Amino acid sequence: MVSFSAVVKRYPGGQEALRDVSFSVDAGELVFLTGRSGAGKSTLLKMIPAIERPSSGSVIVNGQNVGALKRAAIPYLRRNLGLVFQDQKLLHDRSVYDNVMLPLSFSAHAPREAARRARAALDKVGLLAREKANPIQLSGGEQQRLAIARAVVNRPAVLVADEPTANLDAESAARVLDIFVAFNQVGVTVLIASHDQALVERYGKRVLHLREGRIA
Amino acid sequence: MSAWLRQHRRAFGAALRRLARAAGVLSALVIGVALALPAGSYALLESLRGVSAGLTLEPQISVFLPLEAKRSDIEALRSRLRGDARVGTVRFVSREDALKELKQVQGISEVVAAIGRNPLPDAFVVSAKGEGVESLAADLGRLPGVAHVQADAAWARRLAALERIGRVGLALLAALLGAALVAVTFNTIRLQILTQRDEIEVSKLIGATDAFIRRPFYYFGLLQGLAGGAIALGIVAGALALLNLEVRPLAESYGSAFRFAFPAAADALAIVLFSGGLGWLGAQLSVSRHLRDIEPT
Repeated sequence: MVSFSAVVKRYPGGQEALRDVSFSVDAGELVFLTGRSGAGKSTLLKMIPAIERPSSGSVIVNGQNVGALKRAAIPYLRRNLGLVFQDQKLLHDRSVYDNVMLPLSFSAHAPREAARRARAALDKVGLLAREKANPIQLSGGEQQRLAIARAVVNRPAVLVADEPTANLDAESAARVLDIFVAFNQVGVTVLIASHDQALVERYGKRVLHLREGRIA
Repeated sequence: MSAWLRQHRRAFGAALRRLARAAGVLSALVIGVALALPAGSYALLESLRGVSAGLTLEPQISVFLPLEAKRSDIEALRSRLRGDARVGTVRFVSREDALKELKQVQGISEVVAAIGRNPLPDAFVVSAKGEGVESLAADLGRLPGVAHVQADAAWARRLAALERIGRVGLALLAALLGAALVAVTFNTIRLQILTQRDEIEVSKLIGATDAFIRRPFYYFGLLQGLAGGAIALGIVAGALALLNLEVRPLAESYGSAFRFAFPAAADALAIVLFSGGLGWLGAQLSVSRHLRDIEPT
């Protein structure tokens, strides 16, 4: 489903964020990506939705070579991915419900179908009761769950999350990870970056460890 | 309803809501005031053109006979002039009448008395129908029994030149303020893009196409331009009504029913559409300049 082969990312100035990274994630798999901050986790994840492009090597997502994708094709790639960011990137000028509706507005669902999907996504992360609230009124864990709801509302085949538990207490972190596991159990391919080795190992899933831009 | 239509309706609605905010209303007002100047000048110019066309604009030609012309020569020329289809009115001024007129001019009577005899010839004053005053004058000059022809077309040319100057000035004004309209829209949309930076970035991250993101801004530019054009027409209508309050008694004292007229429906529509088009252009320029800068990292 997601496959990296000999991927190098070199920034202008010669700094290498990724050095010869190769791995693949099968459809329906849940894989953790660990490593200290600066090891290249974020850079690696950003290549999947083509936010970053590899300097060499190839990134294949769902059969598409992402590195060679035309600019105009990128939105359609991203619609098939669920992205959860470390800083959530929620919009604070609108309600919880409207945040989840945002991805549906691009793909032009009928209004009733869109509303049904948005409520279903909120229900899955346990935020249906807060749909009228503003994201600013939510706790850190709730905000992260809202970000997950927005990521899954388009029913993507792949979920990619960058440090979704970074700023959460242990209980909230576990709840967030449980949601990812639940999506994985219904067949969604999940890739989660985390610096918390101990938390990750509790789930008994495959773990990729990045050290200085290489898979260790 | 198709998805395509729904997306456009959504973008239109978003643009309309932005326009209804104070900043949008103010920008539309600025555009309206700027456009009212050329639109109003156009209305005035068109009204004045109507007047000048309605006046006895046909230039007059003076046809002088030789001093020794006899009564039969005069009658022969009169019938020739009457027979020419290009000639409007024909008025005979005898040399005696001309001398009487001249004597009434202060300071001239002594000079005339000193000459001792009437130096003036008999003359016809004719008006030309329509264009071609110069060529008519030349033709009349070749008629038998005509000593000299004077075409009084200079003032008509001057009036036409004045009108042309007015039109060039109007075109310059319209071009300048049209550019201002584009600039105002450009800047309004730049500010909107800045304030919506987060939304644009997030939308791009989760799969919005460029067209989806641009659409509300295009609609906004178009709507703001249309609103500005409509406001300009409102200002012109109000200004003309005020002017006409003063013009009416003045015109009536000259026995004229002259009023400044509001532009014809087609012209008014053209002004609004032109304004909308410029707004769209400003949006297009601003969006292509500023939206590329916002790429998620």
